[in-house]
Amino acid sequence: MYSVKVNNEEETLIVAYHLGKKLFPGCLITLDGDLGAGKTTFTKGIAKGLEIKQIVNSPTFTIIKEYEGKLPLYHMDVYRINDDEDLGFDEYFYGNGVTVIEWANNIRSLLPHERLSLNIVILSDNARHLKFTPFGKKYGQICEDLKHEKIID
Amino acid sequence: MNDIIVLSIESSCDETSCAVIKNGNEVLANIVSSQINIHQKFGGVVPEVASRHHVGNITLVIDEAIKEANIDVKDITCVAVTQGPGLIGSLLVGINAAKAFSYAHNLPLIGVHHIAGHIYANHLVQNLEFPLLALVVSGGHTEIIHMTSHLSYEVIGKTRDDAVGEAYDKVARVCKLPYPGGPHIDKLAASGKDIYHLPRVMLDQDNFDFSFSGLKSAVINLVHNAKQRNEEISIPDLARSFQESVVDILVGKTLKAVEKYPVKQLLVAGGVAANSGLRNRLNEEIKHYPYLKLIIPPLKYCTDNAAMIGVCGTFSYLKGERSDLSLNGYANLDLK
Repeated sequence: MYSVKVNNEEETLIVAYHLGKKLFPGCLITLDGDLGAGKTTFTKGIAKGLEIKQIVNSPTFTIIKEYEGKLPLYHMDVYRINDDEDLGFDEYFYGNGVTVIEWANNIRSLLPHERLSLNIVILSDNARHLKFTPFGKKYGQICEDLKHEKIID
Repeated sequence: MNDIIVLSIESSCDETSCAVIKNGNEVLANIVSSQINIHQKFGGVVPEVASRHHVGNITLVIDEAIKEANIDVKDITCVAVTQGPGLIGSLLVGINAAKAFSYAHNLPLIGVHHIAGHIYANHLVQNLEFPLLALVVSGGHTEIIHMTSHLSYEVIGKTRDDAVGEAYDKVARVCKLPYPGGPHIDKLAASGKDIYHLPRVMLDQDNFDFSFSGLKSAVINLVHNAKQRNEEISIPDLARSFQESVVDILVGKTLKAVEKYPVKQLLVAGGVAANSGLRNRLNEEIKHYPYLKLIIPPLKYCTDNAAMIGVCGTFSYLKGERSDLSLNGYANLDLK
């Protein structure tokens, strides 16, 4: 496991930005953590790394939002979705873009094995502990690269 | 002059709707098939699911609208359809139905901007008079728009993060209230007190932009900290505090815009226009501006509906705007 402690929103955005720059078509990032942990903030940082110019905001109302950048970004919030509903996820997971899923634990059995899992733990009003678990070689390499660049430990 | 009869279609989110509008202000039919019960269990609108239901409903609502309007297809002047912004899969269902209808009956086709439609819903209440300002508030939009004539739009303020309706849904989630959050918070707020003093984000800034992400975080932190201290949070008081903050921001920014842009009318549009806190405050504040007319559409024209698309489509038709069969849907579409 890889991890890093961040003191505020800006630092979260920086970590996510560097991750976003390393992503490739078909990447899957899953985000878990309590309400207000900063899952959408983290996604904003990834979007910046993908050179997305539009405003990225919470997909609470529409569940899946799509953005155009260097790669397309599919941003999902599956807070109230269960494992037994097929909402067309495979088309995103095996598409040409980057998929970011908030509350991914809710649909764990539908997720492909290969993915980068991030758990965000609230330490105080502003500080967070970001815990990365890569599944599969490609995601392991991304984490190693980020570690090498001293973005995460 | 012959009557202008517009058949209009709206399918940008989770309502499949078809309307028949006569001369831009008479609703002969406005059929809305809502998918809200389907999406309720997901706590939001699922794009793939919405598209599938639009496909199932679209021809039914068109048939129903023509029947209810009691018109013959040959009476129809043109077909208007929402081309964006919205969920792309949903938009395409309405657009392809509109194209097929216009092609089959050899009728002009007109693409309409969804937000322009929301603004033109007000024309069903009272003729639009320019210049005017429109506050557009919904699940996907929070904007202040300045208009000096028909079909010309200047967006003078918009949200920098979440739409106001989105903030309502998120706060409802924190309070463990069902989806959609807006009506539930609005109802609870009526019995609560503003005791939590939430921030009024960006209200002091000299612009017309909004931000609701910080307010949402403040609510989450409040609940989180109370839980850690084993304190009880009063949900009605929290709902009231949140709503007061939202209304302060929306109304505060809108009045700032009214001070800067001397307009004849102030319009409110979009689903959040149904919020009683917002309606009451605007009705109160408008008394300080005797020259200004406030228009808020009835609830059925605040939420998504095809009637508003037909009204806007009528003005586009009169201006000579036409789309051809290459008309496409756009998830993101600027209002120009």
